[in-house]
Amino acid sequence: MTTMTIAKAINEGLRATLGGNPRSLLMGEDIGALGGVYRVSDGLLAEFGADRVVDTPLAESGIIGTAIGLSLRGYLPVCEIQFDGFVFPGFNQITTQLAKMHSRSNGNLTVPVVIRIPYGGGIGSIEHHSESPEALFAHTAGLRIITPSNPHDAYWMIQQAVDCQDPVIVFEPKRRYWLKGEVDMESPGASADPFKAHVLREGTDATVVVYGPLVPVALAAANAAAEDGHSVEVIDLRSISPIDFDTVTASVQKTGRLIVAHEAPTFGGIGGEIAARISERAFHSLEAPVIRVGGFHMPYPVAKVEEDYLPDIDRILEALERALSY
Amino acid sequence: MGATHLPATEFDGTGVDDQREAEAEALLGGPAEPMVQLLAPDGTLGTDPVFSEYAQRLDAEKLRGFYADMAKIRRFDVEATALQRQGQLALWVPLTGQEAAQIGSGRASQPQDYIFPTYREHGVALTRNVDLAELLRQFRGVSNGGWNPKDTNFHLYTLVLAAQTPHAVGYAMGIQRDQKLAARAAEADGAAGVPAEPKAAVVVYFGDGASSEGDVHESMVFASSYNAPVVFFCQNNHWAISVPSSVQTRIPLSNRAKGYGFPGIRVDGNDVIAVHAVTEWALERAREGKGPVLIEAFTYRVGAHTTADDPTKYRESAEEGLWRAKDPLERLEKYLRTEGLADDAFFDRVRADGDELAAYVRKTTHDLETPDIRTAFANTYVEAHPLVAEELAWFEEYSAGFAEEAGPADAETGDAR
Ligand SMILES: Cc1ncc(C[n+]2csc(CCOP(=O)(O)OP(=O)(O)O)c2C)c(N)n1
Repeated sequence: MTTMTIAKAINEGLRATLGGNPRSLLMGEDIGALGGVYRVSDGLLAEFGADRVVDTPLAESGIIGTAIGLSLRGYLPVCEIQFDGFVFPGFNQITTQLAKMHSRSNGNLTVPVVIRIPYGGGIGSIEHHSESPEALFAHTAGLRIITPSNPHDAYWMIQQAVDCQDPVIVFEPKRRYWLKGEVDMESPGASADPFKAHVLREGTDATVVVYGPLVPVALAAANAAAEDGHSVEVIDLRSISPIDFDTVTASVQKTGRLIVAHEAPTFGGIGGEIAARISERAFHSLEAPVIRVGGFHMPYPVAKVEEDYLPDIDRILEALERALSY
Repeated sequence: MGATHLPATEFDGTGVDDQREAEAEALLGGPAEPMVQLLAPDGTLGTDPVFSEYAQRLDAEKLRGFYADMAKIRRFDVEATALQRQGQLALWVPLTGQEAAQIGSGRASQPQDYIFPTYREHGVALTRNVDLAELLRQFRGVSNGGWNPKDTNFHLYTLVLAAQTPHAVGYAMGIQRDQKLAARAAEADGAAGVPAEPKAAVVVYFGDGASSEGDVHESMVFASSYNAPVVFFCQNNHWAISVPSSVQTRIPLSNRAKGYGFPGIRVDGNDVIAVHAVTEWALERAREGKGPVLIEAFTYRVGAHTTADDPTKYRESAEEGLWRAKDPLERLEKYLRTEGLADDAFFDRVRADGDELAAYVRKTTHDLETPDIRTAFANTYVEAHPLVAEELAWFEEYSAGFAEEAGPADAETGDAR
């Protein structure tokens, strides 16, 4: 076990990938000498050279499009998109090309491209640097989407994403890049399946489902609720596509109440999908409607007011109170 | 005299485009690069200081092969159009007029090269030995692809304009890396003398309309920055559905390459010998590690954009007439006959082969199998996916319900539809 930050864990995961597979390579803006704007690829250029850690032209569609071509030639590209709000120039390549290449080739071609996107708010940044566009990609069949919330997952998930034969988007919670935790670099343990949700805290009165940046928030809310005598189960979803509904269903069958929280706008978000599925799967177990906690239907607001926008402990507790009042 | 170069204007001597030419000259600060032409519309062969050498590599058999290919694919085009009219295809994208651009460039590639087409490259597909009946799967609505690109190194058609151009550059970057990995492996084995895989390059096709898309620009930046072995082959057929090429660009497209830092060549796209020569030149150059080239094949889409289009709404038939006079097949036929390289018997045989191909395509189109939607469930992801599994299970149960309703006879055959 080694203690490190999420950023460092991804760095180590990338190092293991590059070292272990000569056909893997990193591509992105400023990822070489600078090591990425978040320094996630720090030191990798010096270690693996410019053919493996490629500082690309400033062109998101070009990065993803050329990564598709490299993967068609048998390479394993890991693309870094600098910030969430800048993935959109590459949206076309991701949704119309990357997601569909396998199916439109009747299974003959695979394009195992990985796209890393730092996402989410809470870092006091300016426009387009704090968004959570995961639902836009989850809606597209053919893509897989995972999001680590701790260093151990971060270390293993990036490697699992590269190993996966499908294209994978790894949404990295940027405000947690500096979160420290223990990493077992020998074995993934319970993290062996990146598409499985983890029950982080057991409870009996209600279930809170979260992922990525909100995981520590939900755990803190559950602690606070415990002081009030409520037993809250917390689930880290880990994978947004596919979603591990079995784990969520089992939890709701036990607790009878479900709250889903994410930073992305509530409307049309992943929370709605979970609410709908759970009401189909566990209708008779539910003691209250599924309650969603999320961002508002507005462009991500200016940093000075983002605290009012982002779900926090109190917003989760308020939702819990409503759920318990039924 | 020296090179038989055409000016970069569209209709030399007709006065149709003098003003545009003058404008382009002013923008470029000088005349545009001349257009490469070897075989003139009257069937005479000219010379070129660079490309005549490539033309000289062509023997009579190859030239006859070019003609046979062009005639075949034109016959195929007629057949596919007819099939669409008869409701057998949802849509057809005709290529008549562009045969020389496609056969000339396609025949210049080697099996190890990889080709990224757009959606009109039926002629290139022919040169890569793609089964033309398979090519129709997409247009019949039984597949979004239809052939396995790994069999022929001819990629699937791409309907999102220009999206394939960065794929081509990435593929070319992969070729570069393969060469380095192979060299390293050979060194490690102490087998430096062992001949490596033949060097490969990539050709990517796109249209004058698509040249305005950002992906073309980004691809050219990447290709140039990494000196990737890729040939950009733009078929400037003058129209993007109803929008003329003058709306896409104010200077000859080939001149754009300079801005990216690699050569751009405008070639008479109705001259199969010149197209073959410039493409061979560009591919050899790319395989040798000298980087990308943009080829603009100056040609014309004689018919409609697709069978859903009506060109009488946006262009003059006189324009079509001018281009018919530059027909790629007729000029090669004239040359072959004048030089005594082909006789009536040859042209009769070509016609018979075309009819045979058409009959084959007609028959196989009817027989193209409608896939089971279960194949779509199977191919959405490579690895098992619980949502797909859940929805498939639901679909099976739902379908089975109909089978029971339909009674034992249908249930036995398992036909749930
Ligand atoms: C991104 C995108 N936008 C619009 C279309 C619709 N569309 C199909 S073909 C076409 C014109 C393309 O013209 P050009 O690139 O010159 O190729 P051509 O068909 O003439 O060979 C358009 C606008 C499309 N397929 N993709």
